[in-house]
Amino acid sequence: MNPTPSQTVGPFYGYALPIPRGGDLAEGGIVVHGHVYDGAGEPVPDALLEFWQADPSGSLAGAPGTLRRDQVSGALLGRSGVGFTGFGRVATDADGGWALRTLPPGNGYISVCVFARGLLHHLYTRIYFVPDAFLGSLPPERGRTLVPVEERAGVYRFDIHLQGDEETVFLDFG
Amino acid sequence: MTPPLTQADIDREIAEVHQARAGERANHPDRDFAPYRSSVLRHPKQPLVALKDPEAAELAGPVFGVADVAPFDADLTRQHAGEPLGERITVQGRVLDRDGRPVRGQLVEIWQANASGRYPHQRDDHPAPLDPNFSGVGRCLTDDEGRYAFTTIKPGAYPWRNHVNAWRPAHIHFSVFGTAFTQRLVTQMYFPNDPLFPYDPVLNSVTDERARQRLVSAYDHDLSVPEWSLGYRWDIVLDGPAATWMEEGR
Repeated sequence: MNPTPSQTVGPFYGYALPIPRGGDLAEGGIVVHGHVYDGAGEPVPDALLEFWQADPSGSLAGAPGTLRRDQVSGALLGRSGVGFTGFGRVATDADGGWALRTLPPGNGYISVCVFARGLLHHLYTRIYFVPDAFLGSLPPERGRTLVPVEERAGVYRFDIHLQGDEETVFLDFG
Repeated sequence: MTPPLTQADIDREIAEVHQARAGERANHPDRDFAPYRSSVLRHPKQPLVALKDPEAAELAGPVFGVADVAPFDADLTRQHAGEPLGERITVQGRVLDRDGRPVRGQLVEIWQANASGRYPHQRDDHPAPLDPNFSGVGRCLTDDEGRYAFTTIKPGAYPWRNHVNAWRPAHIHFSVFGTAFTQRLVTQMYFPNDPLFPYDPVLNSVTDERARQRLVSAYDHDLSVPEWSLGYRWDIVLDGPAATWMEEGR
């Protein structure tokens, strides 16, 4: 069957998609944070990032409950904090910034899906914490865009450039 | 200073791209569709890098359960004390993978403008009334047949600032998960026979007419509920290679 085409998330998803503390998958693990920039080097304040990752043992089972609701009011409560869902969703702030608090992925990378106003079809990338064959197959100046900078123990910076000299490597899964 | 773009400028640019892509089958829009001005500085200029890895994390995906939705989430007309204004509609369809198999138990999220074309978002400041009885947010899980269903209000068309006199056709935003992260889809459902279709660069970013038609729901009289709502049917087919790869690997 022919797939349904993608369309932009638009600028007004803000009251529908973001989750309270949507980037807080776990406490006491690592912090990954950064900014999203456009081709002019300007921050993108209306991007939405989704993260999907393995737990520290490498399992991709995940747990439901990212969007847990109050049964009385229907209001969003967010995660229970018990099960590791492996899924995060963060809207960039007015400065294009975002942050993820999570556990180190056992398979060495966190998958990222980028949505934004102006982006007609989402983009995939990865945040690599350890080298692998795919990362090694990229020209060094390109591969560098998939590796975060460790600012201090357990705190990593990962900027996403949609376009420009430092354009992030985006992935095509076929 | 360059003069502001007119609808005629945009129409000409759309026609040029469509002509250049005539006869090509393309399921998804290009990311660099210049008539949609916001795309100009936000599309990568380097080609995407192919990654074929049967162990890729993206071949699995997040899971959602009953705790992730609330009972009234699928009925956008019952989320407030009063009735929202506008034409009540029911929107139903199925979420399928490329092989036509139902995508079960997966989260479908929608968001939309109210009947007068206004979002309850601080940056939507166009002078149409907000409706205190309508937030325009819904979610549900697909059932065992991959079906989703929402009761809502038909959204209005609204102006935006892509060019002078730019108006978006009425649409409902959809966010859908598959069983793999690579099946992730954010899209927009349109309503049949909208006179604004030819003028909209977002819809026309899909250059293949057949693919564009897949974004348009069908009026379905059997889905209309007597004395209550008009029915629209819209099926969603998720892209992504995950299922095929896994089968090949086994």
